Amino acid sequence: MKLIILNDYDQASEWAAKYIRNKLLLFKPGPDRYFTLGLPTGSTPLGCYKKLIEYYKNGEISFQYVKTFNMDEYVGLPREHPESYHSFMWNNFFKHIDIRAENTHILDGNAADLQAECDAFEDKIKAAGGIELFVGGIGPDGHIAFNEPGSSLVSRTRVKTLAQDTIIANARFFDGDLSKVPTMALTVGVGTVMDAKEVMIIITGAHKAFALYKAIEDGVNHMWTVSAFQQHPQTLFVCDEDATLELRVKTVKYFKGMMHVHNKLRWPTSSSFAL
Amino acid sequence: MPSNKSVSDASITQFVNCRILRDHRLQREDLWVREGRILDPEKLFFDEKGFADERVDCGGKIVAPGFIDVQINGGFGVDFSQPTAEVAAGVRLVGKRILEHGVTSFCPTLVTSPPSVYHQVLPQIAVENGGPCGAGVLGVHVEGPFISAGKKGAHPEKFLQTFSCPGLSDLLRTYGSLDPISVVTLAPELDHSASVVRELSQRGVTVSLGHSIANLSQAEDAVQHGASFITHLFNAMLPFHHRDPGIVGLLTSDRVPPGRTVFYGMISDGIHTNPAALRIAHRAHPRGLVLVTDAITAMGLPPGRHTLGQQVIEIQGLHAYVAGCSVEEALEAASLHPAQLLGISHRKGSLEYGCDADLVMLDDDLNVRATYISGAEVWRRTT
Repeated sequence: MKLIILNDYDQASEWAAKYIRNKLLLFKPGPDRYFTLGLPTGSTPLGCYKKLIEYYKNGEISFQYVKTFNMDEYVGLPREHPESYHSFMWNNFFKHIDIRAENTHILDGNAADLQAECDAFEDKIKAAGGIELFVGGIGPDGHIAFNEPGSSLVSRTRVKTLAQDTIIANARFFDGDLSKVPTMALTVGVGTVMDAKEVMIIITGAHKAFALYKAIEDGVNHMWTVSAFQQHPQTLFVCDEDATLELRVKTVKYFKGMMHVHNKLRWPTSSSFAL
Repeated sequence: MPSNKSVSDASITQFVNCRILRDHRLQREDLWVREGRILDPEKLFFDEKGFADERVDCGGKIVAPGFIDVQINGGFGVDFSQPTAEVAAGVRLVGKRILEHGVTSFCPTLVTSPPSVYHQVLPQIAVENGGPCGAGVLGVHVEGPFISAGKKGAHPEKFLQTFSCPGLSDLLRTYGSLDPISVVTLAPELDHSASVVRELSQRGVTVSLGHSIANLSQAEDAVQHGASFITHLFNAMLPFHHRDPGIVGLLTSDRVPPGRTVFYGMISDGIHTNPAALRIAHRAHPRGLVLVTDAITAMGLPPGRHTLGQQVIEIQGLHAYVAGCSVEEALEAASLHPAQLLGISHRKGSLEYGCDADLVMLDDDLNVRATYISGAEVWRRTT
């Protein structure tokens, strides 16, 4: 694991966006060679998406040969509902860049057969050659996507009932009315994300600090599903100072000391790739 | 770029780099148009896997719904109330020239005239969509002759009429047919007006109160029967009085049926109404304000003598636009509110998905730079 600690939310978002940009450029995608990206929703990745849009508008990157796979979507919420993850991705990312709709994949929470929809999603990932880089966030209860506490660490894409904590956390997007929040969602499994070549988790804010501690300083535990990535060969945690508040001083100092190495390692010396 | 849309092969245009009027605010959003209507790009993306064929760079300008003028008596030498054989050509000429002012739909207005004039003129005016040839005709506004002698304004007294009995027979006899008529201005204090208002409203004709000495109670009765507009507020009606506000009192009346709005036309040239009075009306009832030109033959012509129906009038000076509200409110007063008044806001006066793509492109000083009807450019400022 690499733990990248930046001063604040904006810097963490920018670092994560630059990382994605650099990976995309180094990959040199083309019509026979798509870059597959796993994507999250929520307030944490918003800054990262804004930066990626900026890099697209500056002409630094193109999403023409990028295939995206979103982590999750609510069940039963109309696709055009402003809080659906389809709407989120359209408004915060897709409509600002040059990606084609047929290269985007988001689970359909209104499919007639939900499990078949999940199985088909797994097939689509396989057909695309697997995911190069899966970007995700972490819930206050340490979940990745909607893999709530107790989810199997080898789970695949499936239907999940949302934990009360998650429903409460999401109520702010539904006028604070708990009864309006969907109770089920389709989500990629922990195993699905573990299959990606590389995983990047963005964690910002003091309210996520305890979850980060549980994810990287305690053992692998299905009650804190992000901890599964301790067993992934290429994991990156990008966070701000506030998110490190529950970590040991030693951990924080260790990884801060490595920042200059992280910023130079494997990147060409050209300044345009500078992180 | 070839289209790959599953619903339609028609070309899709994306207006970028603009601020559009949506949800009562100016927002930095792109505007998508297909087959003359505003398109929902999110649906296009997810349902059809579609994309734009053509991009129009608006250069940061404001894009608002095309303006709708519900009271315009003519212009550029054309007087709609003149009984000639070239009425259609006159309407077309005015329709073409008002594109330069961002007006994409209008109601040609006829002032009080003898029945022979209506019989000759009305059949020559067709309700039709706008296009490169000019703004769309939504219907005719007949202002009179069923108005008050005491408030005739510029209308000729000898052609004023009253209702001889309840029902629409007097109107049918006078106008010949109600088919092309979309707005009728009348004075509600006239006997039998209640049934006239009711029957017109039931037929979908907008009834407007104006050129009247009605008190508030009579005006409220008319609204109860279906009247929904006030013709040029303050002008040709009793002035506001604190013990009987008259027609002006409709702006804050508590006898307007729930769910209904009383709209009021304002000629905001700074001359017909003192700007302070305009601001009072706007503050009392901002959602009802409808900007009208009440333009006459002489609009766009040099000073001199011109006709207005059966009268001859003299013109001097210029018009002035007076603003007393936010940009969004002013734009809505010229587009959304008239569309709501006429009951066509599901397709005109708004940039919501599915509405007709009648647009006006404005700079920050609200000068019209380009006008579009059904998504096609019909006028562009070249100077």
